[in-house]
Amino acid sequence: MTKTVRFTLNGRPKTLTIEDDRMLLWVLRTDLGLTGTKFGCGEGYCGACTVLVDNEAVRSCGYPAVKIDDKKVMTIEGLAADGKLHPLQEAFTTHDALQCGYCTSGMILNAYALLLRKPKPSREEIVDGMEGNLCRCGAHTRIIQAIQAAAEVMAGGPER
Amino acid sequence: MKTRILQALDLNDSAPSSSVSRRKFLKLTGGGIVVLFTLRDPEWLEAQGRRGVPLPEDFNAFLRIGEDGRVSCFTGKIEMGQGIVTSLAQMMADELDIPLASVDMVMGDTDLCPFDQGTWGSMSTRFFGPPLRAAAAEARGILLELASERLRLPASQLSTEDGTVYSTTDRKSKVTYAELAAGKRIERHLMAKPPLKKPGDFKLMGKPALRRDAVEKVTGRAKYAGDIREPGMLYARLLRPPAHGAKLLSVDASAAKAAAGVRVVQEGDLIAALHQDPEQAAKALELIKAEWDKPEAKVDDTTIFDHLLKVAPAGEVSAHAGDLAAGERLSTTVIEETYLDGYVAHAPIEPHTALAKIDGDKVTVWASTQSPFGVREEVATALGLKADNVRVLTPWVGGGFGGKGSDGQAVEAARLAKLTGKPVQVAWTRAEEFFNDQFRPAAVVKIKAGIDAAGRLALWDYGVYFAGDRGAVHCYDIPNHRTTVFGSSWRGVPGSHPFGTGPWRAPGNNTNTFARESHIDALAAAAGMDPLEFRLKNLKDEKMIRALREAARVFGWTPAKAPSGRGFGLATGIDAGTYVVHMAEVEVDKATQEVRVKRVVCAQDMGLAINPEGAKIQIEGCITMGLGYALKEHIRFKGGEILDQNFDTYEIPRFSWLPKIETVVIDDKNAAPQGGGEPAIVCMGAVVANAIFDAVGARVREMPLTPERIRTARK
Repeated sequence: MTKTVRFTLNGRPKTLTIEDDRMLLWVLRTDLGLTGTKFGCGEGYCGACTVLVDNEAVRSCGYPAVKIDDKKVMTIEGLAADGKLHPLQEAFTTHDALQCGYCTSGMILNAYALLLRKPKPSREEIVDGMEGNLCRCGAHTRIIQAIQAAAEVMAGGPER
Repeated sequence: MKTRILQALDLNDSAPSSSVSRRKFLKLTGGGIVVLFTLRDPEWLEAQGRRGVPLPEDFNAFLRIGEDGRVSCFTGKIEMGQGIVTSLAQMMADELDIPLASVDMVMGDTDLCPFDQGTWGSMSTRFFGPPLRAAAAEARGILLELASERLRLPASQLSTEDGTVYSTTDRKSKVTYAELAAGKRIERHLMAKPPLKKPGDFKLMGKPALRRDAVEKVTGRAKYAGDIREPGMLYARLLRPPAHGAKLLSVDASAAKAAAGVRVVQEGDLIAALHQDPEQAAKALELIKAEWDKPEAKVDDTTIFDHLLKVAPAGEVSAHAGDLAAGERLSTTVIEETYLDGYVAHAPIEPHTALAKIDGDKVTVWASTQSPFGVREEVATALGLKADNVRVLTPWVGGGFGGKGSDGQAVEAARLAKLTGKPVQVAWTRAEEFFNDQFRPAAVVKIKAGIDAAGRLALWDYGVYFAGDRGAVHCYDIPNHRTTVFGSSWRGVPGSHPFGTGPWRAPGNNTNTFARESHIDALAAAAGMDPLEFRLKNLKDEKMIRALREAARVFGWTPAKAPSGRGFGLATGIDAGTYVVHMAEVEVDKATQEVRVKRVVCAQDMGLAINPEGAKIQIEGCITMGLGYALKEHIRFKGGEILDQNFDTYEIPRFSWLPKIETVVIDDKNAAPQGGGEPAIVCMGAVVANAIFDAVGARVREMPLTPERIRTARK
């Protein structure tokens, strides 16, 4: 069964007709060519496929694409505005909060949603909020530092 | 360790079709100034104590100064997070006196880059760095010669800065590298070692530099193998056996074949469902019904150690001195123990992925690999082509840790591309990643060691089974000692491992260091001595002594006999030429026996640290990743059946595991740079085990150090 969904993708209206059993990850990566969202485990354990749906972090590998109807979807490609890096992206860069970079999109978007909920998180709250995102290179220490730094820059709220 | 590197260089580092390749490379590079160089310069090898190696006749890397003044380094090495895209560029830019931003790294493209055996063994900076610096210095020399003609000044009156040659007497008299390279076609093969910059003159080396790939990676623009798209491409999902060694009895693909848009391909053992949509390919695979003959499981993760001891090949002595019997007579206390280490997965977050495309007799493969030239050979062999017909490109690699030197996915993609006539992507699922992984081998270490009445090591008889010799030989001052290696290959011997095994970050050394440093700690406790004091008393190696003192200073170590109840542990190791000392503080939960590592200090002596910030990041990564194998990671299996298939049961380190990490890079600017990507992981098992012992008096001799094992050891 196909279904037509109308949604906002990285700030722009979009209409797609898709099979109703498809997952958002593959629609993004295959149909829309947005490959910044990564496949890591396929079962929601690693967080590499994290995107924002109505500002909530979701695991796109297990998120039915038809559910985005009438919603706002943001992927890593939509985070930098007008060619300017978002404070989280900036902080990940200046804090060396990545190595291989494969988990990075998911880390940043998960952190984005976290900072929306808690604009001034404690270290503990960052650890709790990021717990479900896996990094194999061991960049965790610097990811926490980057999120703390970005939170300071964004003080006043990241809503854009 | 030395032997292995030598073999690797000997076997692989000269290009098989070098003259053809050479013409091809040089045609592609266009104008400018090209300096060819080799990784096997005798001086560098001699400096590393590796004499007697036949000299190379060809180059295996080069740099080019383009007509636009940009400088490119072409190398078969790849970037998988370890940071050489930054540190190699730093070295080259510093010797050439150009801004870091003027450097382009061209990595892992087998058509553009000369042959390279692969990216592993913490060798890029150690072995590739020196000739790269020399080539850059040579290029600077050529630029000075050209500038001398152009400016009509002797080279002695010229200096270089920011990609420009200046007269030392008149700053207005100058010429840029771009101007010098324009319209030129200069090719030079680095033969002699030109003078290199002295540490005091470094502008970029030895200074922190941020990752050059960071912006691409934080914006999602960075392309990994799975992100490459080709018109008409198909996504493939492959039928896998339920266990290693299982035989296919029958297969019924009729339902899959009937599904819209699905292609089913069968060629021998290769059975795949393909579709232009990856989810449809996965659904089609589920429709394929297969019957397998699964061999009886003879070993599992509890019986494997007895099995390994049974099938172990004869031992090879890799170090021996004194007389073991005399050592035993001198000893007042002898401790004999066995240490065990299970199979560990690489588990990079990016699973093995490749896209293959065939045009006529030309094959192009984009692969997540640590060994693009290895992939080229394998693909060529599988398709019956010459290696020259295969081009492998390596986009950013999403973690390797030793596991992406084995690249079945690339051959699968290439075979399927040939069979379907379409570009084909093979991206392993997480379950396939766990199934096909070449695990860190399970291993056994047996140690018999003794101390005399004064607390001096008198006897050390060490035997390691299946972990290999890296890190097996101790660095203590022991008059009577022997190290024997049973099964020196990470791959095992026929009949040893029930599935594939291979190198895993600092191969062998994690197991060896766990066993050795646990045992040293046990001897210290038996002597009634503080573990740091005991080590210092039994060491003559000045570098290790310095690293121990440095770690102790930062940690704030105060002497106490273990178990002191504080939960303090320490361990030392040497890997890839680098010395590491770790100190840790742990807490063991009284009820659950869960271990919380609260703090880790690491002192690392890696000689000259090219990018100290990069070195620190690698240390932090090693400590964090190492917590996994120390505390939780081991593959559960029944015969050839892998029971762990995803991160729900196979736990890797998470944010909540993070200790406070403090790193000290003992920066010896006058010493040759050593490895940085692996050494700091080798101590993690021992430092945690020793801290657990100090906390609760329980000595756990099997990794990972799980609550069950701690509970058993406490009884």
